[in-house]
Amino acid sequence: MHGLMDPLHPPHLYVLFHKYAYHAQQFEGTMFARGLKRKSAEDGEDVEGGLAGTQATPSYSLQRQSLLDMSLVKLQLCHMLVEPNLCRSVLIANTVRQIQEEMTQDGTWRVVAPQAAGRAPLDRLVSTEILCRSVREQEGEHPAPDGGGRMPGLVPGLSAVPSAQALRSPQSSLWEVDSSRENRGGFQKSLDQIFETLESKTPGSVEELFSDVDSSYYDLDAVLTGMVGSTQPGHGSGLQAFTSAATPPPGSSCRSDLGELDHAVEILVET
Amino acid sequence: MLVASQALLWGAPRGLPTNFTVSQRSLPLPLCTIDTPPHPALSLPDLHVMYLLHLVELASLGDQPHGRGEFYLFCSPCYPCAGNAAAAWPARPARPLRIASVRGGGACPGHRARPSMGEDTDTRKINHSFLRDHSYVTEADIISTVEFNHTGELLATGDKGGRVVIFQREPESKNAPHSQGEYDVYSTFQSHEPEFDYLKSLEIEEKINKIKWLPQQNAAHSLLSTNDKTIKLWKITERDKRPEGYNLKDEEGKLKDLSTVTSLQVPVLKPMDLMVEVSPRRVFANGHTYHINSISVNSDCETYMSADDLRINLWHLAITDRSFNIVDIKPANMEDLTEVITASEFHPHHCNLFVYSSSKGSLRLCDMRAAALCDKHSKLFEEPEDPSNRSFFSEIISSVSDVKFSHSGRYMLTRDYLTVKVWDLNMEARPIETYQVHDYLRSKLCSLYENDCIFDKFECAWNGSDSVIMTGAYNNFFRMFDRNTKRDVTLEASRESSKPRAVLKPRRVCVGGKRRRDDISVDSLDFTKKILHTAWHPAENIIAIAATNNLYIFQDKVNSEMH
Repeated sequence: MHGLMDPLHPPHLYVLFHKYAYHAQQFEGTMFARGLKRKSAEDGEDVEGGLAGTQATPSYSLQRQSLLDMSLVKLQLCHMLVEPNLCRSVLIANTVRQIQEEMTQDGTWRVVAPQAAGRAPLDRLVSTEILCRSVREQEGEHPAPDGGGRMPGLVPGLSAVPSAQALRSPQSSLWEVDSSRENRGGFQKSLDQIFETLESKTPGSVEELFSDVDSSYYDLDAVLTGMVGSTQPGHGSGLQAFTSAATPPPGSSCRSDLGELDHAVEILVET
Repeated sequence: MLVASQALLWGAPRGLPTNFTVSQRSLPLPLCTIDTPPHPALSLPDLHVMYLLHLVELASLGDQPHGRGEFYLFCSPCYPCAGNAAAAWPARPARPLRIASVRGGGACPGHRARPSMGEDTDTRKINHSFLRDHSYVTEADIISTVEFNHTGELLATGDKGGRVVIFQREPESKNAPHSQGEYDVYSTFQSHEPEFDYLKSLEIEEKINKIKWLPQQNAAHSLLSTNDKTIKLWKITERDKRPEGYNLKDEEGKLKDLSTVTSLQVPVLKPMDLMVEVSPRRVFANGHTYHINSISVNSDCETYMSADDLRINLWHLAITDRSFNIVDIKPANMEDLTEVITASEFHPHHCNLFVYSSSKGSLRLCDMRAAALCDKHSKLFEEPEDPSNRSFFSEIISSVSDVKFSHSGRYMLTRDYLTVKVWDLNMEARPIETYQVHDYLRSKLCSLYENDCIFDKFECAWNGSDSVIMTGAYNNFFRMFDRNTKRDVTLEASRESSKPRAVLKPRRVCVGGKRRRDDISVDSLDFTKKILHTAWHPAENIIAIAATNNLYIFQDKVNSEMH
């Protein structure tokens, strides 16, 4: 089906994990200064150590943000054919909730960060960008000013710059499903949107992660639509296509991919 | 002082020989011998022992003219029986038998021909270098559970491929002082097969999550094995006699020509080679929506419970179509789900008490006499959080991965990510003892979260007298804590350190600061080598350690061994 990413080759997810490894290393105190500028002079400070007294420092919120991003992507990446581990999902969701609560208390939930629109935020992860696209698809609002191109979230320090190029094309084909709303740059705005969605409607909206988990527990659609605050199946279709396309690693069998493709087609056809 | 008594290895590295023998008893006689071109891996002239090769490799050797599903044991070219022959063994179980005990070389049981060297193969002659080069592990070989039975005579292991292998301890005999009660393969069977749930379009893994032995009540042994959804009761029986002397059938079972029968005879029981038969007696299916994480047999020997992430069911061993739900923590609105059940166990003596642990680090002791649905706990064991150690990962690392009652029934042992804790049933406020298993990981939690290692579920074990507790860690290390002397030791389960009768050397992880010679630094720990499953013999100081696809058995040797 046109518009769907080739389920056999989801390269962007692998680039995401490269970034994670990169980030995790920073935070463990082994500083590889690969051209990444840090705002604060702290070094070797890991996420735990930084928590107690450095509430408001940019590096702490950076780490917290990265942890949030990582957790959100982890929640997305469930196995399609084998049931996801409920314990793991609950623990990750609780972590996300905890971060969300803390950010709400800090008042940093709406991140009006010093990153200007023109400057690509160095430490943001593409994952949030991907999530934000889905958010925009849900909300359908915020005609955001173009704030830095389609792919602002790449870490320049990452050696796999060519992968960024590779990222663009699958990304574009992936989101052709809702082509009318793509190309909204403005990472800042997208960040706002995801936070807004997370805190929207009910206070603990991240719990919507598990809405309808019981009946459609094995349907990733429910997980993701819960994540971004909407449970309408129609809006979930794009996401469904994303997950079904993205989740199987290239090594999985054709049979599984075809199954997912069928599944995704089914969902799309329904809506 | 722990001595390596055996290193039993699962499977052979892909296409590579290993220096094992297979116990005679574990294999039936071959059906036929055929001539096939030798497997490329066998063209190693200096190997004189029999090889075990994976079914995956062997099945790809083309369509076997003699039948499907059979597997092979190849003999080396040096055996007079072998040449280029392969012995075909019947496909029971469907996958190849794996292990053997490391006792040196031996004859191929199919051909009953001793190698021309006579004495046991000198293992030094065997070139081990390729074993190190190709450390290939089949996913299906990964051991997922280890359990001794109530006497310690049998040891059951389950793997990710749905197979159960049972080992039996050889009785110590004066004739063979070297085999000091070593464990040998007793039986192998395929317990669970992969299933596909068509309604939900999801595969149900065949991985054996837990095995629990039933107390022995007659000559047969019984065990429960479970995967994510289905529990099965298996009965293991021995047959060592066979009736002979039928009137109408001859020895091969063919009908006799009646004219040759001149007199009647009564069939007599004649001894035969020991055969171990395993049969499924009950299948307890469709009891769980979520993944079963633990099963526990009640002390009344009539019931058992199975726990999944949100519910615990009580079953009667004889009734498969009904179970009682005794705990249900599923919230009415799944959005409110914040806590899941991680492990549960019946009290060893009181058949009305059981405990279950949660992902938030709490333990709930429930009394089944109080109500039919034990959602309301009788006792809640929870340690208040240490505010100085708080982080975003606090909850994840407090999640209890295993809970075990002590043999006395007075204490409980829990394992969370970084510690093991001993709880007194009489005190709910906090554990009476806390032991740090690998506190050096506390600063690495972010990385461990990123690579998912923080979600690893380690098990823990008591020794027979409840004085020592044991648990696994990374880098194939396992730790033991003596509750009385407060001493602890870190040991490694690896092939290099586990030559038979070698004394295990304590290991140390250095966290910076002074580094001694044999220390491992935290950064060079191998997080893919984790010891999740350990078991302790109920009476003696024998432990079974599962390290990925290898099973190690260590014993305590008080007297020094002569060679």
